[in-house]
Amino acid sequence: MTVDATPAPRAPADTGAKGRPHPIARLIWTRTALGLVTLLVVSILIFAATQVLPGNAATAVLGHNASASAVRTMELRLGLNKPAVTQYWDWFSGVLRGRLGTSLANGQPVWGLVGPRLLNSLVLVILAGLIGALLGAGLGMFAAIRRDKPADHVLSVGTLAVTSLPEFVVAIFLVIIFSTVLLHILPGVSPLESTSGAVKPWQDPKELVLPVAALVVVIVPYIFRMMRAATIEALESDYVEMARLNGLSPVRVLLRHALPNAVAPTVQVIGLNLLYLAGGIVLVEFVFDYPGVGQGLVSAVADRDIPQIQFIVLVLATFYIAMNIVTDVAALMATPRRRVAR
Amino acid sequence: MTAPAPAPPPEATTAPRVRRREWLHILTGAARTPRGMAGSGLVLLVVLLAVTGPFFAAYPPLQFVTTPGAPPSSKFPLGSDILGRDVLSRVLDGGWQLLLMATAAMLIGIVLGTAAGIAAAQLRGWRDGVIMRTVDVILAFPQLVFALLLVSILGPTRWLLVVAVGLSHAPQVARVIRAAALDVSERDFVKAVEITGVRQSRVMSGEILPNLLTPLMVEAGLRLTYSIVIMTGLSFIGFGLQPPAPNWGYMINENRIILTTNPWAVVAPAILIAVLTVGLNTFTDAIARVALGIERAEKLIAEASGTGSVAEIPA
Amino acid sequence: MTVTTAPARLVVEGLTVAAVGSGATIIEDVSVRVAAGEVLGVVGESGSGKTTLGLAMVGHARRGLEIAAGSVCLDGADLFSLSPAELRKLRGAAMAYVPQDPSSAINPSLRVGGQLKEILTTHGRQGAEADARLQEVLAEVGLDSRHGILSVYPHQLSGGQQQRVAIAMAFACRPGLIVLDEPTTGLDVTTQRTVLETVARMCASYGVAAVYVSHDVVVVGELSNRVAVVYSGRVVETGATADVFGAPAHPYTQGLLRAVPSPERSGRLVGMEGVPPRPGQRPPGCGFAPRCPLVIERCTVAMPELVPTDRTGQLARCVLVETGQAHTEGALASASGQDLAEPAESGAAPVLQVTGLDAFYGQRQVLFGIHLAVPQETCVAIVGESGSGKTTLARCIAGLHTSWTGEVRYGGRPLTPGIRRRPKDVLRGIQYVFQNPYASLNPRRTVGGLVAQPVENLAGRRRGRHNDEKILDALRSAALSVEVVNRYPDQLSGGERQRVAIARTLAVSPTLLVCDEVTSSLDVSVQAAVVELLRRLQRQHGLAMVFITHNIALIRSIAQQVVVMHDGQIVESGTVADVLDHPRADYTRQLLDDVPKFSAAITGASDA
Repeated sequence: MTVDATPAPRAPADTGAKGRPHPIARLIWTRTALGLVTLLVVSILIFAATQVLPGNAATAVLGHNASASAVRTMELRLGLNKPAVTQYWDWFSGVLRGRLGTSLANGQPVWGLVGPRLLNSLVLVILAGLIGALLGAGLGMFAAIRRDKPADHVLSVGTLAVTSLPEFVVAIFLVIIFSTVLLHILPGVSPLESTSGAVKPWQDPKELVLPVAALVVVIVPYIFRMMRAATIEALESDYVEMARLNGLSPVRVLLRHALPNAVAPTVQVIGLNLLYLAGGIVLVEFVFDYPGVGQGLVSAVADRDIPQIQFIVLVLATFYIAMNIVTDVAALMATPRRRVAR
Repeated sequence: MTAPAPAPPPEATTAPRVRRREWLHILTGAARTPRGMAGSGLVLLVVLLAVTGPFFAAYPPLQFVTTPGAPPSSKFPLGSDILGRDVLSRVLDGGWQLLLMATAAMLIGIVLGTAAGIAAAQLRGWRDGVIMRTVDVILAFPQLVFALLLVSILGPTRWLLVVAVGLSHAPQVARVIRAAALDVSERDFVKAVEITGVRQSRVMSGEILPNLLTPLMVEAGLRLTYSIVIMTGLSFIGFGLQPPAPNWGYMINENRIILTTNPWAVVAPAILIAVLTVGLNTFTDAIARVALGIERAEKLIAEASGTGSVAEIPA
Repeated sequence: MTVTTAPARLVVEGLTVAAVGSGATIIEDVSVRVAAGEVLGVVGESGSGKTTLGLAMVGHARRGLEIAAGSVCLDGADLFSLSPAELRKLRGAAMAYVPQDPSSAINPSLRVGGQLKEILTTHGRQGAEADARLQEVLAEVGLDSRHGILSVYPHQLSGGQQQRVAIAMAFACRPGLIVLDEPTTGLDVTTQRTVLETVARMCASYGVAAVYVSHDVVVVGELSNRVAVVYSGRVVETGATADVFGAPAHPYTQGLLRAVPSPERSGRLVGMEGVPPRPGQRPPGCGFAPRCPLVIERCTVAMPELVPTDRTGQLARCVLVETGQAHTEGALASASGQDLAEPAESGAAPVLQVTGLDAFYGQRQVLFGIHLAVPQETCVAIVGESGSGKTTLARCIAGLHTSWTGEVRYGGRPLTPGIRRRPKDVLRGIQYVFQNPYASLNPRRTVGGLVAQPVENLAGRRRGRHNDEKILDALRSAALSVEVVNRYPDQLSGGERQRVAIARTLAVSPTLLVCDEVTSSLDVSVQAAVVELLRRLQRQHGLAMVFITHNIALIRSIAQQVVVMHDGQIVESGTVADVLDHPRADYTRQLLDDVPKFSAAITGASDA
C-alpha cells in the first residue's frame, strides 16, 4: 500500500523570511503610514475648525461686543491677516518644533500649561485601563466558567445595569456615595493646584481613587462581556471538545486550550476602551476638577483659548490613532492564524 | 472554493425565520424577553415622565419659589435648587427636548452612516477608500470632543447640537454598515441579481439594504443611547442646551454645590439619565439577542465599548 | 465477510440521546456492537443523528443533550457510570475520536507538535518515550516530522495534512476503540483516497474496534465489515456490509443506493422526495413512512421492530420485512439503465465557444489556454478538484469573473468580460445556478419575487407580479408545488431551494445553463433528484448546459461530453463514454481510480 502522496507542509520553516516582510512588521508600517496621513488631515481639520472656517476667530475669542481696534489687535496676534495656508503652516511647523504659542487666556506658553496636565491624564488613563482590563477579564473568565450558575447571573445582570451609563453620572453617584451625602471617606474634588501642576496626583493616591473608579466602572462591563463571551465560545468550540475527548484535565482544557483563543477578541475590546478613555477623561476630570488635559480642554473652550484647544485636541487625536495601531498589533500577536503566514 | 461543502443539517438553521415586517417581529420578540421587558419598561417610564411632565409641573420651571437649596418638603417634594426653583417641576420639564434632539441626532447618524457604508461596500475601489479614510479622520476625534469643538465654535444652538452629535455618529455607523454590507454583497444572491444586469442603485436598495435590518436596528438603539450620553454630557459641562430652561444634564452640574443641603437636586436628574440610558441599552441588548442569538449578541455589545465603535454587526 | 464471532469490544444497548429541555430524541434505542479488528460503518444523511451517535459511543453528549436511556460499554465498562476522572483516563487512551472537520477541531492557537505530545504526556508517556511514539505515529499517518511539521500552526497545513494530524492524535496512545466522524468530508478525491487508505491500514494493523460514521454510502461500503443505516435517529437496517448494500431490505437503504452515482454505471439516478423529520417532530410510526414509496397503513401506526431478514445477521426495521413481503432487490442493478443520448450532430454551430482563455486573480494566472465548445442541446461536464479552475471558468463565461483574455463566443458573438457591457439578450440567454442554495437566494424575498426578478430585469416585465402563470410555470417545471410561491427561502429545504434557483433561470427561457457544483451541498438522495431534474429539463427545453462538478461519478448521469481540468488546464476532453471508459490522461485515470467504489462482494451480491 502506498503510504503517501501529499506534499510537504507548506513552507513552515521560512515563514515570513523570503523577501516578504513579516506580517506584523508590514502591519505596523502600513498602519503607521496611514496613521500619519490621517493625523495630518486631522491637524488641518482642527486648524480649519478653530481658526479659519467660522468667520472671524478674533470675534469668537473676544465676543461680539468687542471694539474694532481690539479685534484688529487680536487678528494680528492670531495671524489672521495672513493667507490660510500660511497660517496653517506657521502653526503646524511650530507644533513640530515644539513651539506651541502662548495661551490667549493668561499669556503663558501652551506647553507649560498642557504638559503637566498630560502627565496627570496619562496616570489616570493607565491606572483605569489597567485596573479595568484586569477586573473585566478576570470577572469575565470567572463568569464563563460558572456559566448559567448564580454567580454568572449576578455578574451578567450587574454589568448590564451599568453598561452605557454616562461617565459623569457614574462620577456624580460616586461623589454622592463616598464623599458627600452618604459617606465622607474620599475626596470628591481634587484640591491639587490646577494650573501650576506643582503637586502630582500620585503623591496623594486618595485623590485618584474616585476618578479612576468612575472610569473603571464605565469600561469594565464591556471587557467583562467580551471576555465572558469569548471564553464561552472557546469552551464550546470543536477544539475544546476534542481536548476533552482526548482526556485532558479541565484546568488544562481551560488554561491551555480555551484561554489563548479568548485573548485576541478581548485585547481588541480593551483597546477600544482605552480609545474611549481619550474622550471619557474630559467629563470625569471636569467632575473631580482633576488637573488633566480633559479639564484643560473644557476650560480652554470656555475661555476660547484657541492655541490651547488646538493642541489638546491634536494630542487626543494622536493618542487615538496611536492606540488604534497598538491595539491592532496586539490583537494580531494574539492570533497565530493571522500572525504566522501560511 | 469549489471544495464540496457539507450539507447544513436541517436542524442547524437556527436563524430566525424571515417574515414580512420583520422589524416589528424583532421588536415585539425582544419586548417579550426578560431583558426586553425590563429595558422597555425603564425607557417607557422615563419617556412618559418627560413627555407628560410639563403638564403636571406644579410651578413654572423658571420661577423662584423658595430658599435656594431647600431640602424636600410637602410643598416641594424634591426641594429647591441652587436658585430656589422647584426641583420637581424642573425635572418634569427638563427631558422632552433631550429626547427629541437625541432621536433626531440618531436618525442623522444612521441615515448618513448607512448611505456611506453601503456605498463603500458595494462600489469598492477608490470610492470605498475615500469614504473610509474620511471615516478614519472623524473617528480620530473622541465623539464628545468632536461635538464640543463644533458647538464651541458655532455656538450652542439646538439644531447645531443635533447636527454635531449626528455627524459624530455617522462614521461609527458607516463602519458597522460597511462591514455588514460587504458580507452581504459577497453572497451569491447579490451576484445572481447582478448578472441580470440591474443598476448598482437597485442592488444596493433592493438586495443589500433589506438584509441589513439587524445591524440597523442594533445600531439605532446604540446611537440613541450614545446621543443621550453625549448630549447630557455636553449640557453638563455647559456647552449643550443652555440655561435657564431646565435640562437634566446642566441641572446636575449647577446643583453640585448644594449637594449637602439638597442632594435631590442632583440625584433626581442623574437617576433619570441613568434609567434612560440603561433601559435603552438593555432593550438594544434584547434586540440583538433576538435577532442574532445570545452568543453573538454578547460579543457585539461588548465591542460597542464606550462611545460605541462596534467592529461588525452580522447581517 | 461473515458475521464476526469475536467478543464485542464496544457494546451499545438501547441508547437514547435526547435534548435536555424538550426531551426530543436525537437518537433512539440504538443497539450495536463492534469487535476488535472490525470496522462498523454508520451511514446516515444530514439530520439523521449520526454524529450524536458517534460522540455517545465515546461517552460524550454535547451541551443541551443528555443520555436518556441505554448504555455504552467499552471492554465491559459502562461509560456512563464512570466518574469524570475515570472517563478522562479512558479518553484519548483507550478510546479516541476523529472529528469531521479537523480545521476547527485542532486548536488554532497551539502548535501541532504540542497538541500531539500533550495527549501522550497526559496518558503517562513522558520524555523520550513520548517523542519516540510521536515520530512513530506521524510516520504511520504519512507525515514526515523532518519537514518541521511539529512546529507549525494548524492553519499552515493543508486539509489532508490536518486530517492526518487528527488521525495521529487519535492513534497516538494505541486506543482499543476509535470513532471516525466523516473524516474525509471536504477533501478532494485524491486526498480522500490516501486518508481512507491510511485509516484502513491503521485500523487493521492496530486491531482496533472502529466506527466509521459517514453520509457517503460508497466510502462506508468500501471500508466497513458491517454497517448500520441510520434514519431519523434509529437504526433502520444493519448487518454485514455486503448483505446490506448488496441486498438491502429496507426501502430507505434501497432508495439511498439508487441515488448513488457511479463512474462505471451509466443511467438515471433516482432521488427520494421529501426531507427527514426533525427531532421532536417525528411521526408515530416508521420515520421513513412519509417518504416511503412502499408505505402501507400499518407503517404510520407503530414503529416496526428490527427483525431478521432472510440473510444471517441482517436486521431491518420495516413492516414489509416483518411480514415477509420485502423483496431484497439488488438496488444497484436497478440504477443502471439506458445510456444517455449521444450529443446532437456536431455539424451545428456550438452555443458557446471558448478559445484560448487565460484568466487571472491579480498577478496570478489561474486558467491557461482553455478551449471549449458547448454544442446545442448538449451537457458538457467540467470535472476537476478544488483549485483546478473549473469554477473560475464558469464565472468567466457568466461574466462574474472579469480578469481574463482570449475569446468567448456565445451564439457566434464575442462576449465582453464584464456583465455591464453585455446586451440583455445575452444576459438572458446565459443563466447561472450557484453552488450553495443557502446563499444564492435573497432571504428577504418570497419565492415568487425571486423567480420574477430575472424576468423583470431581463424581459422588461412589470414589477411586483409574482403570481402569474409564467412564474408558476417555472416553478412547476422545476418540480415545485405552486404553493411555495409565497414562502421565504428559509421555509424550504436545501433541495427545494436549489429547485427555486433553477426555476428562476427557467423563467427567462435561457439557451445555456451554467451549473456550478449545484449538488455539492445537498444530501445524496436530494442530489439525485436535482440531477435528474436538470437532465430532464435539458432534454425538454433543448438546453445547452455546462455542469461543473468535483464528483466524476456524477457525470454519467447528466452529461454527454466531459472536460477534465487540472491546475488551470484541460487535461482531457471528449464524450463521456470515451473519457470514462478509456481515459488517456494519467490524471483522469488517477481520478477514476481514486473514486470510492463498491467492492466486488457488494456488486457481485447484487448480481446473484
